[in-house]
Amino acid sequence: MFKKLTTGLTLALLLATGGAQAAGSEGYVYDHAFSFEGPFGSYDQEQLRRGLKIYTEVCSSCHGMKFVPIRSLGDEGGPHLSKEEVRTYASDFIEVWDQDLNDGEGDYRAAVPADHFPKGGNANAPDLSLMAKARAGFHGPAGTGINQLVKGMGGAEYILSLLTGYTGNEKTSAGVTLYENTAYPGGWISMAPPLEDELVEFEDGHKNDLQHLSEDISAFLMWTAEPKLNDRKRAGMVGVLILGFLTLLLYLANKALWRPIKYRKD
Amino acid sequence: MGGIPHDHYEPKSKATQAINSRLPIIGLLYDTLMIPTPKNLNWMWIWGIVLTFCLAMQIVTGVVLVMHYTPHVDLAFASIEHIMRDVNGGHMIRYFHMNGASLFFIAVYAHMFRGLYYGSYKAPREITWIIGMLIYLLMMATGFLGYVLPWGQMSFHGTAVITGLFGAIPFIGEPLQTWLLGASAVGQPALNRFFSLHYLLPFLIAGLVIVHIWAFHTTGNNNPTGVEVRRGSKAEAAKDTVPFWPYFVVKDLFALGLIMTVFMAIVGFMPNYLGHPDNYIEANALVTPAHIVPEWYYLPFYAILRAFTSEVWVVQIASFLTGGIIDAKFFGVLAMFGAIAVMALAPWLDTSSVRSGRYRPMFKWWFGILVADFIFLMWLGARPAEEPYASFSLIGATYWFAYFLVILPLLGVLEKPSTPPATIEDDFNAKHGAAGAADAAHPAE
Repeated sequence: MFKKLTTGLTLALLLATGGAQAAGSEGYVYDHAFSFEGPFGSYDQEQLRRGLKIYTEVCSSCHGMKFVPIRSLGDEGGPHLSKEEVRTYASDFIEVWDQDLNDGEGDYRAAVPADHFPKGGNANAPDLSLMAKARAGFHGPAGTGINQLVKGMGGAEYILSLLTGYTGNEKTSAGVTLYENTAYPGGWISMAPPLEDELVEFEDGHKNDLQHLSEDISAFLMWTAEPKLNDRKRAGMVGVLILGFLTLLLYLANKALWRPIKYRKD
Repeated sequence: MGGIPHDHYEPKSKATQAINSRLPIIGLLYDTLMIPTPKNLNWMWIWGIVLTFCLAMQIVTGVVLVMHYTPHVDLAFASIEHIMRDVNGGHMIRYFHMNGASLFFIAVYAHMFRGLYYGSYKAPREITWIIGMLIYLLMMATGFLGYVLPWGQMSFHGTAVITGLFGAIPFIGEPLQTWLLGASAVGQPALNRFFSLHYLLPFLIAGLVIVHIWAFHTTGNNNPTGVEVRRGSKAEAAKDTVPFWPYFVVKDLFALGLIMTVFMAIVGFMPNYLGHPDNYIEANALVTPAHIVPEWYYLPFYAILRAFTSEVWVVQIASFLTGGIIDAKFFGVLAMFGAIAVMALAPWLDTSSVRSGRYRPMFKWWFGILVADFIFLMWLGARPAEEPYASFSLIGATYWFAYFLVILPLLGVLEKPSTPPATIEDDFNAKHGAAGAADAAHPAE
């Protein structure tokens, strides 16, 4: 009977994760094999650097990333820029509002690595710091959560599908232009297609068609949402190995301990 | 301690004699650890240790998280991100705490259904059962309060929904809800007091856990046969039992190790699987999420809450009889708490003379349906409030109540149970029956 119970509870857990996908399941999101997926996956440093360039040149004109410290661009497991590169990036590309300047009236100044990325300039554009964890691309089937178990939560895939999901159709509703998008729940999004082929150039001549740009920025936004992913997976692997070994020892100890009790004659 | 005769602690050295005559703490710990435990306990008896471990893990990780958390509506969400990004190991500690709550509830549900199947709630263990139910209620409260603290979208709007349940109570509901929130809506006063209570309740749970253990150490453990340990003499009791240390400590630690290996894999490789993406969006009172869904462990009772709409005839009758005081919303709240209350009353609703479900041929089936019903309700709790899920929820909720209020009392009368073994020793030897042959195969080591 306890076996039935255990199976039941495992099943219950699978079913219950239906909770994680109740919100908007209309959009079409396709799976993509990102480098950071799976127990052994990790971020591709070059891809994150390309993503940073796309973010800087395109996304940041409307969106912000207020939870991401600029200094973290230098972290291992991230874009891993050198100290000098981080400092140059902060001062050259980012202006932040500083309330202490101008005798307390505040003014803009060039950023330093200790600052965070600023909030977005467009109030309607959501903050992107956590976007890849705030969306789930995969759902179901039928609220069971099995797809997320197999393919992952699909946050990065959602962003990728959204960026490549424009059909080209537009409509105007209450004075707002909406763009048809196959990944967006409801099908019509107010963000104009942000990326197009060859919009951003890379020094190393890496492919910059729409698909590749979208993949790179999606991976970068996964990193901004989960900067410690590499560390976490390594910790998980070490933890599983150590605990697994400990469990094996306990199994043998338990077996040896109980043998005389189980086969005792008295 | 307890009714099972066994050797008590005798201080040997001068120092332990001196301590134990002033404060018998060594004796208390010794007797607790060496308690005679039925030797036929199966693997469903491991969850107590897992639960104790969960409580300790949640308190330790929680205390560390509090060092870096800020309970302020403008800063709470950012302080969680500070933990995730800047605090050394903070991301792991937070994921342990987050998923620890899920492990805690998996273990408590397994533990409760174990008790329901093997009749652990029956006399003389009613007090153990009732204290367990109180612990479970406190766990639900603590989990809910903790979920509010990150101040994400689900935190915020979930709080509005759950405190709204208290608002459904006739006459005093609205003032009660305002009193609970400290304001007319969810905001800073609610966050502050929820933070305070989230820190307080685990220590109440810890206190109740001690009483829970005290209670079943007094009555002795139940076991898969439901047959009591023989207590005529030490020698007789020793045939049915082995001391908790080392036999069950090592067995339980092995099980805990296995569970923690799986837990570590979840934390390391898919820490957000059991959570809701919307809680990574900072709380915004002006934007309500499309579907407000509680965490998975509340879903069965959430489904029962939602099952009783104003179209259900029981609700209509209740409303008519009370002149509209009991409306659908209040009925749902009563049903949700009632679903837990009937479970608490199981010791008095079960009329069977046999304790363990193992020897109850009809009970087994009804119990199996109850487990399936629980899983079914859990699934329904996350589905949108529309047909056919509403009708399914009603069927599921009805069975839940019927099991405790009708089936359990009737089965005791209608069912003809089989005969349990005379002693625990018989059961144990029957399972390891090849004792003679095995002895030859495993010469003394």
